[in-house]
Amino acid sequence: MMDAMFPAAASEHAGRIDQMIDVVHYLMFAVFIAWGAFFVYVLMRFRARRNPKAHYVGVKSKASTYGEVAVAVVEGVLLLGFSIPIWAERVDQVPSESDSTVVRVVAQQFAWNVWYPGADGEFGAADVSLVDEATNPIGLDRDDPAGADDIWTVNQLHVPVHKATIVHLSSKDVIHSFNLPNMRIKQDAIPGISIPVWFEPNKTTAEIREATGNPDYVYEIACAQLCGNSHYSMRGFLTVHTEEEYQAWLDEEASYLTGGGEDDFFN
Amino acid sequence: MAEPVQASHAHEKHHDEQSFWRKFIFSTDHKVIGVQYSMTGLAFLLFGFALMMLMRWQLAYPGEPIPFVGSLFGDNRAPGGIMLPDFYNELGAMHGTIMVFLGVVPLAVGGFGNFVMPLQLGAPDMAFPRINMLSYWFLFLGGVTMFASFFLPNGAAGNGWTSYSPLADIALNGQSAWLIGMIFLITSSLLGAVNFITTAVQLRAPGLTWMRLPFFCWAQIVTAFLLLLAFPPLEAAGVLQLMDRIANTSFFIPEGLVVGGEVLERSGGGSPLLWQHLFWFLAHPEVYVLILPAMGIVAEVIANNSRKPLWGYRSLVYSLVFLGFMSFLVWAHHMFITGMGSVMSTFFQTTTMIISIPSVIILSALFISLWGGSIRFNTPMLFALGFLPMFGIGGLTGLPLGLSAADIPLHDTYYVIGHFHYVVAPGTLFALFAGIYYWFPKVTGRKMNEFLGKLHFWPSFVFMNGVFFPMLIQGLNGVSRRLADGGVTYDFAGDVTGLNVMMSVSAWCLALAQIPFIINFFMSIRNGEKAGRNPWNSTTLEWLAPSPAPHGNFDQPIVVKRGPYEYSVPGSDQDFVPQADLVKT
Repeated sequence: MMDAMFPAAASEHAGRIDQMIDVVHYLMFAVFIAWGAFFVYVLMRFRARRNPKAHYVGVKSKASTYGEVAVAVVEGVLLLGFSIPIWAERVDQVPSESDSTVVRVVAQQFAWNVWYPGADGEFGAADVSLVDEATNPIGLDRDDPAGADDIWTVNQLHVPVHKATIVHLSSKDVIHSFNLPNMRIKQDAIPGISIPVWFEPNKTTAEIREATGNPDYVYEIACAQLCGNSHYSMRGFLTVHTEEEYQAWLDEEASYLTGGGEDDFFN
Repeated sequence: MAEPVQASHAHEKHHDEQSFWRKFIFSTDHKVIGVQYSMTGLAFLLFGFALMMLMRWQLAYPGEPIPFVGSLFGDNRAPGGIMLPDFYNELGAMHGTIMVFLGVVPLAVGGFGNFVMPLQLGAPDMAFPRINMLSYWFLFLGGVTMFASFFLPNGAAGNGWTSYSPLADIALNGQSAWLIGMIFLITSSLLGAVNFITTAVQLRAPGLTWMRLPFFCWAQIVTAFLLLLAFPPLEAAGVLQLMDRIANTSFFIPEGLVVGGEVLERSGGGSPLLWQHLFWFLAHPEVYVLILPAMGIVAEVIANNSRKPLWGYRSLVYSLVFLGFMSFLVWAHHMFITGMGSVMSTFFQTTTMIISIPSVIILSALFISLWGGSIRFNTPMLFALGFLPMFGIGGLTGLPLGLSAADIPLHDTYYVIGHFHYVVAPGTLFALFAGIYYWFPKVTGRKMNEFLGKLHFWPSFVFMNGVFFPMLIQGLNGVSRRLADGGVTYDFAGDVTGLNVMMSVSAWCLALAQIPFIINFFMSIRNGEKAGRNPWNSTTLEWLAPSPAPHGNFDQPIVVKRGPYEYSVPGSDQDFVPQADLVKT
């Protein structure tokens, strides 16, 4: 019901979160309509002109207690049936890295640095002393053997469809929040801590374009935590590929490394 | 024999003829201090509202020059009248800070609590009149500090009213002034809280047992405990953040930060999340500081104007106390997406669902209190009745935010802004207006004008909803809060950013709707209809004192004989029986 308003859902767990928000709103509407109907009736029925003498006792019925118990029961169902299990899946059941696409995202004022381990599957070392905003924003050590083939992009996250993506999220400066509205993912990026967040996209960018009838539809990355004056424009893009397209994209990115060229971070 | 009598008479006379300064500025009379708090609070509410109206221009018409006043803000803030993002952030942070700490709290607690509670207790004054005066002047200093910070070279604080570290630690704006201002404001609240609790315990009139206490007093007592226990951690945190800013400490700064391409020269080792825990340990109880006095006012006005006792007085009181206690156990529901594990999130969302139950009980009891009444629709009652469904929306929209999984898409969106504004704007503010119209005769001896009152209520009710309801829709569409362009950068927000025009127009119309109130307020001080001791035929003790009440409050002994809401008692010849019998009229 409510999901007409949400950004188009495109991850495996999105449907359950949307369903849960629906159920909470059914409860909210039910309580509000009960209060509201009672309220309107009482205001008409017991206005001074119609009821010049008030009753000292008022309501004797225990109906409101049953209502309150019902609210408590529904809240219990929401907790035990929806929120706690969904949350546990989000934070406790992170899939194994070998079956997933693993990337690091390093947030900074005001961009998302996306860091891939490259063909060896291992992230290279990094150090703040190597940071150069133009040529090496993540401070990657290219002399480290594991780091030689690492790939980084700015504001461009590419992942394959139908496979879990694990993002190890951190920040260089202040707190940002990594918001993928279509994936129903939001996680603060906290300096000094690396936090894993995962999702399994189930619609490629091409498929969502078809589904929404909008040939320009893009999955966006938004910053959801005030991080300074350009917070409002800290926008990135998520592209969901088929597995083959994703490999082709990775190969293309890797070719820039061996080709001796600069990283192409505006592709 | 004649000598000492004369001397004591002379002393009394001297007492009455206090200098202007002693009587109105550095007064120790709880009523004068209450009025000082109220006027300060109202002035800051208007100022905070003005900040928001500027923001609403930018949200409705991002990047277009602000009309009329755009040239006043200079090139640092609005070159060519076009608002810069830093200016937007400054307005946002200061709007929140001012509305909460300098608007609602001074009015709801400092103003109404100070003025009304000793009268309702049958007390001559607060327990510590000089501490009372001191607490007002700390508030005043805090207000001056906050206001003056706008004139600093880099402007006032602009890191959200939540001032999250490390952004607030490294920001070049007036964050240090904000922290110093907060330390003054917190000191003020702590002194006030001690005073309120002592007064309620020690100075109740004979016969005023706890279960005969008006609900408003209960609300003030619970509020005072919240302030007393929740504010010290934030005061400490404020000092620590100030040290981070001026003494290069690293309480909230981890090592290895790179800011703007430069390695931050700090030892590191601190935790940004520590700030959030300390902040929300205050700021969640603070939400109840904003709402409990409002519930207290609404309960008084509803009992009085439905001409019947409050329904379920005891469960109201127990719910209130339980709510106050639980409010210390829910703070981290503001932090679900900081990387919280499932044990923590289970604990905090469970406590959050538990705390919703006493809120539902209180609101239901207030609705049910109307059943069987003989309802008078005067201005205080309209605002009190308006509070009920508006607070209902505010409370209910808290549910999806309090469940961690549902919070993922909604966190930090306009849904949150809509939610808490429904609680504090058409919620608390309506209750405060109800209180102003209701107790105005006790302060001035005159009633406010009913026609202007209704002209204030109805447009306010419509435009409040015009501002805040679309926020819930924007939030469900995923639009983030605190975006200096209202979200137009993002495609996914595109469908609903158009609502911003309607919301902003509503906000400006809401400002126009306050004009009848301002006229009414000042006009009625001199020209309002004269009110006797008890213009509303009310039962609680404040209405036994003369209007306006003199220094020392009561001109007759007060012995309380019955509960606070003895309206329409069967067999009584009039429809109200005051808590104590009136000797003189």
